[in-house]
Amino acid sequence: MIKLENVKKVYPDGTEAVKGVNFEIKDGELCVLLGPSGCGKTTTMKMINRLIPITEGHIYIDGTDNRDMDENELRREMGYAIQEIGLFPHMTVAENISTVPTLKNWSAQEKEDRVRKLLGLMGMDPDEFAEKYPTELSGGQRQRVGVARSLGADPPIMLMDEPFGAIDPITRDRLQDEFLKIQDEIQKTIVFVTHDINEAIKMGDKVALLKDGELIQYSPPAELLAAPKNRFVRDFVGSDRTLKSLRLMKVDEAMKESPRVVKEDQDLASVGKIMNEEEVNYLIVVENGNKLKGWVNREDVEEVGAGTVADAMVTDTGAAEIGTSLADALTVMLERDVANLPVVDGDNNLQGLLTFHDLQSLIGETYTERGGKHPEVKK
Amino acid sequence: MRRRIVLIVLLGIFIGLTVWITQLDSLKYMQPKTYGDIARQTWNHIKMVGIAELLAIAVGVPLGIFVTRPGLKRFATPIVGTANVGQTIPSLAVIAIMAPILGYGFNSAIIALFVYSLLPVLRNSYAGIKDIDPAIIESAKGMGMSRTQIAWRIELPLARPVIMAGIRTSTVICVGTATLAVLVGGEGLGKIILTGLYTQIPLLIVQGAAPTAALAVILDTLLGGFEAWMTPRGLKKG
Repeated sequence: MIKLENVKKVYPDGTEAVKGVNFEIKDGELCVLLGPSGCGKTTTMKMINRLIPITEGHIYIDGTDNRDMDENELRREMGYAIQEIGLFPHMTVAENISTVPTLKNWSAQEKEDRVRKLLGLMGMDPDEFAEKYPTELSGGQRQRVGVARSLGADPPIMLMDEPFGAIDPITRDRLQDEFLKIQDEIQKTIVFVTHDINEAIKMGDKVALLKDGELIQYSPPAELLAAPKNRFVRDFVGSDRTLKSLRLMKVDEAMKESPRVVKEDQDLASVGKIMNEEEVNYLIVVENGNKLKGWVNREDVEEVGAGTVADAMVTDTGAAEIGTSLADALTVMLERDVANLPVVDGDNNLQGLLTFHDLQSLIGETYTERGGKHPEVKK
Repeated sequence: MRRRIVLIVLLGIFIGLTVWITQLDSLKYMQPKTYGDIARQTWNHIKMVGIAELLAIAVGVPLGIFVTRPGLKRFATPIVGTANVGQTIPSLAVIAIMAPILGYGFNSAIIALFVYSLLPVLRNSYAGIKDIDPAIIESAKGMGMSRTQIAWRIELPLARPVIMAGIRTSTVICVGTATLAVLVGGEGLGKIILTGLYTQIPLLIVQGAAPTAALAVILDTLLGGFEAWMTPRGLKKG
């Protein structure tokens, strides 16, 4: 656990870079320090491993004041990855990754095993890359090696300063996804600095939003979006925060479970009756128990008149898989111009139904629940 | 490859000229210098350059590195600046100034050459360390390397090629400047050139100048090879 207690940084010229910040990062949590440039986020991070000395206050690492520890020992217990990566150009990938293990006098065998493991974790073939030099790598590969190096001696804590900042957006997105997967596995306590609100929302378990050296809001990303504390936060997260919050929510949270379904060979007359009973204009068609087959709507049913479901059914139906974000599901709905989207699992078994209406009211609910304002709910 | 061909051709011309002139029966009213004379003066030349250069390295490299250390940085501008100004004074003037101060003889020649060779070594040692990407140093620090570990494991290996390039430039310049050392009582190939000048025999001048040029080319090539050998693999281009 990392605990910051009234941490201040005043430079000799009187500039107050950090003005008494308090917060705690729990073990295994990824905490994003977010804010515009000059807000003190990097300074705050660098005070944790004492690259920048603290002026006032305390930072406790698992209860020990970090100023009571040897600074080099302290840093070796914290992975450190920066935007510029800073790989050592005269060392191979393997030597770079084993920097801290070398400082800790690990044996050659231990180092080799560690390098192989980390490269594997980063999705890089150790046989191909271990002996390469940084100049022989692509930007994305360097970034991966940088992260692997910060994990070198398996430190419990990691400090990352815009570690995916210097690469193109597509590679960046992929590295973020990969890193989140890795974090699921390794469960490090991570301090992650960024100025990018989207990255913060995507990566953070908690987000600490700073402005002019002060901590403005410290909360999980969903709360930051739903209940911004003040105008600055609202402006910083952006006017599209509703859309951003859709990115955080999964279809599972918004769908209706076990919706009414019909079968292909069912008589259309009975379908009309079900629609009336359920007060819907739309029904999902399943086959083989619960596999998604297609859908029928009231218009088609009335137009065809007599026959079975198969005669009026549309099979080319979009579907969202469980775990998809609401933003992605919404995109599918808008693209296909439909107001209903079946939700399926990996084997195409129907799990639920997501309706546009549910989506709307969910957004409304989030806002009112958390004290936010929503024009439609206000009335 | 092209560079190598140029060097070989140049070397051929310089050595060819020397051999041709040495073979001649007479140069106007004088005898050409013998191979023995040329060898002796070449050796004197190498000795002067070698000693001056070793002194320049012994002083320039540590000094250049020290002024990059935190706490000593404020000395960087005056020291590197002074050396820079020193270099703008023509070599002939440096040597001429040294003569009245230090008197005539081999030693004052060495000192004049040393002063003149110091700058490229000093400047490159300073630049080699200072121009290392700060992100590299920061990540080294952030991972818990001590100052000494950073100096030995990161800064010196990375600066090595730049320092070597400074030594190489300095040596090649020194070979040329050393021909002037004869004016303050030094020895070396300059003596043959000077004799040629006094006697107004152009071929005699060439007999001193051609081996000097050959020596510069050879040293440049040797040091270039050494520089490449000293360059860490990851820093080599291509």
